[in-house]
Amino acid sequence: MTTVWSGKALAEAIEEFAPGSVQGSSGTDVWLKAESISVVCEGLKQRPEFKFDLLNSLTAVDYIDHYEVVYHLTSLPMNASAVLKSRVGMGRTEPSVPSVVSIWRGADYQEREVWDLMGIRFDGHPNHKRIMLWEGFPGHPLRKDYVTYDQSIVTSIPEISKNAGSDE
Amino acid sequence: MAIKTQPVTVNLGPQHPSTHGVFRMRVMFDGEEIVDVEPIFGYLHRGSEKLAEERTYTQIVTLTDRMDYVSSMLNNQAYILAVEKLAGIEPSPRGVWLRMIASELQRIASHLVATGFLLQDLGALGTPLIYAMRERENILDLFEIICGARITNSYLRPGGVFMDAPQEFWPALDRGLSDIVNTLDELEEYLSGNEIVFSRTKGTAVLSPELLINASITGPMLRASGVDWDLRHRNPYDYYEKIKFERKLHTASDNYARYWVRVQEARESVKIIRQCIDQIEPGPVRPSFDDVPRLLRPPAGDAYAAIEGSKGELGFYLVSDGGIAPYRMHVRSSSLINLTLLRDMLIGGQFGDLFVTFGSVDLNMGEVDR
Repeated sequence: MTTVWSGKALAEAIEEFAPGSVQGSSGTDVWLKAESISVVCEGLKQRPEFKFDLLNSLTAVDYIDHYEVVYHLTSLPMNASAVLKSRVGMGRTEPSVPSVVSIWRGADYQEREVWDLMGIRFDGHPNHKRIMLWEGFPGHPLRKDYVTYDQSIVTSIPEISKNAGSDE
Repeated sequence: MAIKTQPVTVNLGPQHPSTHGVFRMRVMFDGEEIVDVEPIFGYLHRGSEKLAEERTYTQIVTLTDRMDYVSSMLNNQAYILAVEKLAGIEPSPRGVWLRMIASELQRIASHLVATGFLLQDLGALGTPLIYAMRERENILDLFEIICGARITNSYLRPGGVFMDAPQEFWPALDRGLSDIVNTLDELEEYLSGNEIVFSRTKGTAVLSPELLINASITGPMLRASGVDWDLRHRNPYDYYEKIKFERKLHTASDNYARYWVRVQEARESVKIIRQCIDQIEPGPVRPSFDDVPRLLRPPAGDAYAAIEGSKGELGFYLVSDGGIAPYRMHVRSSSLINLTLLRDMLIGGQFGDLFVTFGSVDLNMGEVDR
């Protein structure tokens, strides 16, 4: 069975090699300051007590007043897993986090996907382009304030646009 | 005297018979040699993650079918495990056994499709593909008996499956498993020692295990490089800890190793299903609607669950705000992430190996683009 690092233990362990980088922890999650993600991830990958060599998943959630980037890590030699999170774009400013592509190449397409669909910028990504949608697509669809219907169609038929967003 | 050639940029796809769907690459050739590759995604992007935010937890099962459409049962399983983790549902034992049988059958079907199309890409036009598809057809017939659908099954529900297997399923499954072993024997007899397969696949697109792990590549591709990482063994979900199976490893990490690992894994899946049949016991296939209502409202929080899919780790990340629909759903798609090293595999290779390498990755555009 894969052992899951508890948030508290992992936060203490991270504080040892990267002081001041942890914002809080709860359950299995550790919240990091966005600017220290590179240092912490590099440490988690290299240090012998963690050896998190596999980045399972990188995704982001829109919590309206902020965005949250979520990293799921696994250590193959230790058979352990951990969850890192980072709150960015507080107050709905344009969010950005450091890229981890130089640490795990597996982040390449996943960061591009988060940028494309959620609009979080990854500083230092070698190929920072949209992946699913085309360049010039208006907005980032997975944001909660994105209007999902085709705006060009709806604006041309005023009767539909009146009912399109309502609950009735 | 060597004749100099100008590099030529060629567009491959999205409408190309060998791109397994609508994959597009911009490839630069210098003569026969590949000097640059740029994959372009998104031709099958349907916004499944956004659509999920407007559907109830049970309705989303139908969306997962349409992601990797040659392994719907596995997608269902990964999604349902995430829902069960999020909502704290204790599944019914018979339902779990049934979904393990279903998902292992699906794994065989998916590996057969991967093998068949790899050989098709090698230039073995028709014959091996038809052998593989014939056997997949039998598996789809079994799915039709068990849930009424062939490809978009939607068989699983939070807590188990939606109906018990009818009586005629069990003899049909027994016959089907023997047929699968025969087909695999037949395929291997023609292919595993075939000189043409050897010369085309051995030593092409070799990747080191360190690079594969660093690029988050999992599944048969990782096991073909000798890394013993199978979530069914390392982090057993459902009842896999009650099952004994071998992890088939190959150390060459080339296109042949990936083909070999898939065929051997299909054989192991047959053994897993036989053990499931021995251990399954009568009972309800899902908890009563008093315990697990049709309209689930999981408590606020998040959950990530992953299974060993046919292509690699297939994970679902769900966030709930306490409502009837997930606040956010993310799919950790192994098809997309396994393409991370596409450039490393192709650059420096020959044009003829391009689609062979591509076929050996085994991707499904429905899951790449979602």
